[in-house]
Order: sequence, then C-alpha cells, then structure tokens
Amino acid sequence: MPPWFLEKACLQDLLERLRDRGYAVIGPTISQEAICYDEIHTIDELPRGWTDVQQAGRYRLQRRADESLFGYVVGPHSWKRYLFPPQATLMTADRTDGGWSMQAPVEVPPRYAFLGVRACELAAIRIQDKVFLEGPYVDLVYQARRERCFVVAVNCTQAASTCFCTSMNTGPRCQAGFDLALTELPTGFLVECGSDAGSELLASLPVREPSAEELTAAESAREQAVHQIQRLMDTTNIREDLLTNLNHPRWQEAGERCLSCTNCTMVCPTCFCSSVNEVADLGADHVRRERVWDSCFNLDFSTMNGTPVRNNVASRYRQWLTHKLASWHDQFGSSGCVGCGRCITWCPVGIDLTEEVAAIRGDVR
Amino acid sequence: MNQTASLDLPLPACNPWLAHSVTIDRITPEVAGVSTYHLRFVDPEAARNYRFRPGQFNMLYLPGVGESAISLSADPRGHVTWAHTVRTAGNVTQTLAKLGVGGSLGLRGPFGSCWPLDQAMGKDLILVAGGIGLPPLRPVIYEIAARRDEFASVAVLYGARTPDTLLYQAEYDAWRKAGIDLHLTADMSGAGWNGAVGVVPLLLDRLPLADAARTQVWMCGPEVMLKYTVKSALRRGIPAGNLWLSMERNMQCAIGLCGHCQLGPEFVCRNGPVFPWNRMAPYLDVKGL
Repeated sequence: MPPWFLEKACLQDLLERLRDRGYAVIGPTISQEAICYDEIHTIDELPRGWTDVQQAGRYRLQRRADESLFGYVVGPHSWKRYLFPPQATLMTADRTDGGWSMQAPVEVPPRYAFLGVRACELAAIRIQDKVFLEGPYVDLVYQARRERCFVVAVNCTQAASTCFCTSMNTGPRCQAGFDLALTELPTGFLVECGSDAGSELLASLPVREPSAEELTAAESAREQAVHQIQRLMDTTNIREDLLTNLNHPRWQEAGERCLSCTNCTMVCPTCFCSSVNEVADLGADHVRRERVWDSCFNLDFSTMNGTPVRNNVASRYRQWLTHKLASWHDQFGSSGCVGCGRCITWCPVGIDLTEEVAAIRGDVR
Repeated sequence: MNQTASLDLPLPACNPWLAHSVTIDRITPEVAGVSTYHLRFVDPEAARNYRFRPGQFNMLYLPGVGESAISLSADPRGHVTWAHTVRTAGNVTQTLAKLGVGGSLGLRGPFGSCWPLDQAMGKDLILVAGGIGLPPLRPVIYEIAARRDEFASVAVLYGARTPDTLLYQAEYDAWRKAGIDLHLTADMSGAGWNGAVGVVPLLLDRLPLADAARTQVWMCGPEVMLKYTVKSALRRGIPAGNLWLSMERNMQCAIGLCGHCQLGPEFVCRNGPVFPWNRMAPYLDVKGL
C-alpha cells in the first residue's frame, strides 16, 4: 500500500484518535536529562527540537537547529518496561481456616499505544514475543499487554555513534511489526500502514497523498541514518566463536573493568531475566508474589545451595555476552542483540560489546 | 532439537505460576536433616489430574518465604499423596521442616524432563546416586520394580558420606527382592558398617558388565561425582550416548523464563534437569559457567 502524508500539526489528531480508541499513548518525553518513554497527552510533550549525543559511557541531550519531534535515537528506556513491566504480581496467597488459598491476580490489562518505536525496537519486541509467547510456556503478563498494544513506529533519520542495527539486520528502516510507521519531514510525516488496525486508524486521520518531492525527501532522510552508522559487529560464526572461547583471557580483562552494576541488562530491550519477591502483610496472612527484573550481573543470581555459581565478575560478563550473542540462537533461533547500542552508552565504564567481541574473535583467527 | 522428552510432556494448567494448595499428609523422617513429605492436593480435581514422570520436579511454595525446586521421590503410580524427600538447607526448606502433619503449602508442577525409561527397555541399566541425589532416581526404582521384566540387569550404586546418611534403608530389601542389584558405599566408615568404603564411582569401576554397549547409566549427585562417574563409565566402554544425568542449578520459575538456571544454552529447569551427558559435556568443565 502506498504511503500517505500527515501534516505536522495533525500528529495531535493521531494521538487523539488513539485515545478515543481507549489507548494510553506512550511516547518519548524528556525526563532527568534523557529521552524516556512515558504517557503523553499532547504532542507538545514530545522532545521537540532536541537530539541526543551518545558514545560509550556518555549520553547528553543537545538542542537541534530545527523543530524535529523525533530527531534523536534511543534512550535508557525501551518498550520492554510496558510489555514486561519491572514489577508484576504473579499470584496471591491468603491464609484461611482450610490452609493457604492461592489465586491468580485479577487484572484489567492496560491498552498501550506506543508512539515512536524504532526499527531496532520493533526487532526487540519480536525477540521478546519469541521468548514470552512462542515457547512451551506463555507469559500471561506479557501476552495480555502485547496483544492489546498498538505500535506507531518511526523511521530513524539519523544515527548515534553507538548504533549498529545494520550489523544485526534490524534497521534502521522499519519493515514489519508495526501498525503505522512514520518518517518525519520538516512539514509532516510520511505514514505507512502495517496492519488492519493501522488502516482503520489511518482512515480517521486527515491524510493526503504525498508529493513526489516528499517521497524523495523521506527516502533520503532514511538513507541519512544508514550512512551515519559507523559501528560494526561482524556476526559471522559468532555463536561458535564465543562458545568455543569460554576460557579466553579477554573475559577476565572485561571482568576487571566491569562494575557488575546491571545497567546494560536494565537498558537492554531484550534482557528478560527476573526474580520473584514475597510481599507479605505484617501478619504474613496475605502474600503477593511479585516478579521484578533481575540481572545475571547480580552475585546471587546464580546462587545454588548457598553459593553463587558465577562468583566473579568475569564469569557474569561472559554469561551476559554469550547468552545475548551466542546461546540465544540455540534458545530462540536468533541473536538476542538488536544493535541499539544502549548497553554501550549506559555502561558507566564504557565497555563496548562490539569491541569485546572483536577482541575475542580477533584472537581466534 | 531436544533429545530429552520434556517437550512431549503434558504441561501444567495454563497459568504456570499458580500454585495448588496442598497439605502434608505424612512425614517420614529419613536421616538427620532429611525428611520425606507426602503431600495431598486440597482440590479433588487437581488430585485426580496430577501425574508426573520419574526425574521431574515440583516447585514447593511456602507463602511469604518463597519456592524451592524439589524432585519427586514418589512412586509414579501413586494416586493419593506425592512424596518429596527434602534436605533442610535454606529458608524454604527450614520453614517446611517446621510445618507438621496437616500443614498447608503450595505446589506447582510437574516440571522438567524425565529419565528415558523407554530407551532403556531390554537393556542393562545402572543407576548411580550420591547422597541426596537418590530421591530423583527413586521413582525409577519403583517403576522398574513394577515392570521388572521389561529390563535386563538393573543395578543401583549408591553412596553417602557416612553409613547412617544412606537414604531409604528400610526399602533396600524390597528393592533387592524386586531383582535390583543394590551396591552401597560410604565415604567414611562407621560403627557396624560392613559395606564398601569410598566414593560412588569406585562402585562402577568394580561392577561386572554383561555388555557395555547395551548398558545405560543414569546418575544424580554432586557435580564432582557425576564427572568421575562419567569417566568411569567411558573407561568401561559404555558409549557416551548411554549416559544421562540430572543437573542442579538455581531454578526459580521452572518454565525457562526467569533465566537463573542457565548453563550454556540450556535452561536446566525446562530442558533438564535430566540431560543426555553429550549435551552437558561441553559446559561441565568450564568454571563459573
């Protein structure tokens, strides 16, 4: 289906039509000097005229020369926090005269519309679908949110120095997995439709046919992002190269720099590890089992019979990297990395996984 | 993709996180710090539908404390109560130990893969267990005792630290009567002990084999015991493909979604705990994996 054109001022209509349909619209906003995802009610809450400058261990917002609404890449948040919430109740237990009564939580799952999902993030959602929906067990919390969500993707028109989606074949062009996809131009948006729900919504918007110039401008804007991507990760044979080098000295070196702070796993849009906390009232008669995000960098993550299996930082870094880039293939049929670069940016000591992989593979050859 | 049978097994009810309410029907003290809890489902429908295969485990839940993965040590043909032999170690098992008969707790399961009984039919079978590694193999012993004619020779090699920590001693006569060749050892001798002294793999070194190529070895115990049992089996000419082991890791969700129990590419809770040794071999010698 050919794309349509939506005037810039009419983006508010898109928001309102989504809200009419009962969606809570989640989009990029500025919070604590970073671009974070949060509920928005008007397009004035979008980071208009801002961009982000990223490198290993560094993230800064900067003013743009124009009034772009989506003139940045990805920040510390990902959509994971809405589909796989950092805290979720799995079960409740109540003490009764006849012993414990266990109940599944009763929940009206939220209906989210995500505005501004990038190609790497569509790929990340696809990966988490595989983890949570397509294995022998389905995660009901994820499923309830995922099947109700509406996705408005945005094509990147620029890249950060940390981006490497082209190496992971996930971007920068949004190919599938969206209801609508936008490409931002100075005067408005080229809108592509990716689903029936998308066409239904599009029919309610004041769109027109784009001009030939607008089509060309959108194409070259998207091309600009491709050209700006400098970072590379060679993924040829990466699974074997990592799994046959589990005793490579580089793990030790990375382990000496790594603070085991868990930042990389928290910002990663595909990391899915979790733990369950027992939340009880004072009498311990009413208990909630609450699932929270966990990280393979935490010492007690692997604890077995009182002793952690991965008792040094190097072993935990190795677990994270080999899981993400190697054993994920065995488990889910793809890499667990989408090339978004978040783990590079948000690592406080600037450990760069592309560099670590190159070092390990360099010694192989 | 999976050599283990886990994918063929029936999955528990559609919400794998929801525990069933169970009560402690009976407690059998085994050895110091180890008891068997015979659990009964409160809900009659859950009781009717519950089935497991030897090697599988349940998550036992003590509300407000947490869950612990405990393998079923029960007779798989049991219908009323389900035995779990538990060593008191962490918070969950300590709380369990304080509950008496009639105590209430949660149970979800069964989870994980099972011992490959179908592949062992007509073959010589050796079960090797160390310490608290015997309970996950006890359902196999019950199953074999009930279907003894379907297997060739069956040996159980079992060892514990001391003679008084050998589990299920009251059942040994019954096992022997059922045609199971039971060999016992203790790492350290003790008063009245006339049996072997030494680690379990030594029993395998000495066991006469009718036909190594047709012998299956299934083992459960500490990783170091598994390692030396495998060495002994290979040295005796038993093919690597005939070795199966039950692995232990930090299993929390039991459904391969929380990430804690990973060992290389495996989710031990879901793809295991019973694995063909071939599949574990690349990872067992890597420290801190």
